[in-house]
Amino acid sequence: MALLRRRRAIHGWLLLTPALVMLTTFAFYPSVATIWTSLWSRGTRRNPSEFVGTGNYQRIFDDPTFWTVAWNNILYAAVTIPVSIGLALVMALWANARIPARSFVRTAYFTPTMLPMIAAANLWLFFFTPGFGVLDQIGALFGAPSVNWLGQPETALWAVCIVTIWKEAGFFMIFYLAALQTIPPDLEEAADIEGASRWTYTRRVVLPLLMPTTLFILVNAMINSVKLIDHLFILTKGGPNDASKLMLYYIWENAFAFFDAPAAAAMTVLVLAVLGALAAFQFFVIDRRTHYR
Amino acid sequence: MSLLRHIEPLLALVLAVIWISPLVFAFWAAFHTSTDAVNFNLLAPWTLENFRTAWEGAPWLRYFLNSFLLVSSVLIGQFILCTLAGFAFAQVEFRGKDIVFVLVLLQLFILPEVLIVENYRIAVQLGLIDSILGIGAPYMASAFGIFLMRQAFKSVPRELDEMARVEGCSLLGVLWRVYVPAARPTYLAYALVSVSTHWNNFLWPLVVTNSDTTRPLTVGLSIFAAPENGVDISVISAATVMVIAPLLILFLIFQRQFVQAFLRAGIK
Repeated sequence: MALLRRRRAIHGWLLLTPALVMLTTFAFYPSVATIWTSLWSRGTRRNPSEFVGTGNYQRIFDDPTFWTVAWNNILYAAVTIPVSIGLALVMALWANARIPARSFVRTAYFTPTMLPMIAAANLWLFFFTPGFGVLDQIGALFGAPSVNWLGQPETALWAVCIVTIWKEAGFFMIFYLAALQTIPPDLEEAADIEGASRWTYTRRVVLPLLMPTTLFILVNAMINSVKLIDHLFILTKGGPNDASKLMLYYIWENAFAFFDAPAAAAMTVLVLAVLGALAAFQFFVIDRRTHYR
Repeated sequence: MSLLRHIEPLLALVLAVIWISPLVFAFWAAFHTSTDAVNFNLLAPWTLENFRTAWEGAPWLRYFLNSFLLVSSVLIGQFILCTLAGFAFAQVEFRGKDIVFVLVLLQLFILPEVLIVENYRIAVQLGLIDSILGIGAPYMASAFGIFLMRQAFKSVPRELDEMARVEGCSLLGVLWRVYVPAARPTYLAYALVSVSTHWNNFLWPLVVTNSDTTRPLTVGLSIFAAPENGVDISVISAATVMVIAPLLILFLIFQRQFVQAFLRAGIK
């Protein structure tokens, strides 16, 4: 029996080895190495890098751009997460209802999900361009002045948010749609018999039943608010004046445009801390409630 | 209330039209001269000139090939690694399994995108810079895939497994003959999600490639359409349509399967 157990353990670890080697190389080791890099100064040919402790963190905290970018990213999350989740819910309720042209509606909502962010940015460029862009031309019909959506600090981040929402909402809709289809129809009949309005039924029955889905989507939306930055490369490059710069873009810029790997590493550590908190939230709060083993 | 009931389908349709309009505009602009496109001259003649200009402006065939090689190599790597690991987590009992599983799940949050600084350094050390393998390697052992395969293997009836063992199948034999065929729908779902993710991926490929012989479509498109290159809007639209066409056509044909795939991947 003990022999059998030992053999099983060997088999188990052998099966895991390839995946664990890859995960260690490209996830676990780099996470630890990032922390290590963030503690050393940037080496130049004359001055080799030396241990500076929290020096790099001090440096990024003293950098006003870092705070602008952090604030932008918080705004970006605060706008895109609730709006895309709310829209996704509305879309799902509609796509699930008996309406004409339902399959067209579903396809229209979902299609942006299939596009690369870079392509999405190109499509929207056509909308945002001042003068002859679609938004300006529509505005002109109502006598509104031309707006340089991407070129002025007041609107650049909003334009970036719009593209993200456009891309995300249809994706989240799918999960709501699936959840809606598992709600037994007798619940609606019962509500009808009780004389409950559709609004009451939606609010008191449907929304609570969708709660686990909402939490799942919420975690995904939070991760996306860190991850979805590709469109910046096309639309604004973080400008003007850093007004639309997001954290991951700034990390990329520090590492690969300014060649300041320690600063980039220090920022990465902060992002990892946020993502770690999110993971803890997922494991200890959400998984406690929804058992899907 | 009944007024709302009549307005709602209309609103749903309006939103759908708004949602699809960027795509429709780009499509329309791709087939018209840029002056006609920006003036919304609906009666303007259609032209393929933009596609010719775009096609000659960059080595698209190479980009298509690179993207194709990339998604295939990632998919093969993921299938092998995630099948083995998912099987170990689902059907082999050994000590320490649960702790390792939680560690693996952590990767759902430690995104490869966020680790670009150190992953670049590792790619340099492993000689993977500017190679298709270098773009794909960080994604091959995906926690998401391992989790997905574990769930799929868990639902395979134990009797099938025992029957195969009685007939003298080895552990890998059981995996290959019983579990892999039983999980076929999950493989299909995972393949669709993986292919569309990596066909569309941008940041890491941008960082790790530096020549046209390895760049995937997204990176090629971003260079081609960069505002400083001053390419006109119709040509950019043509290039964009060209890049998204394969996946979009595939999606429109296999729409049901795609949607099911995303669902299966998300919910289980």
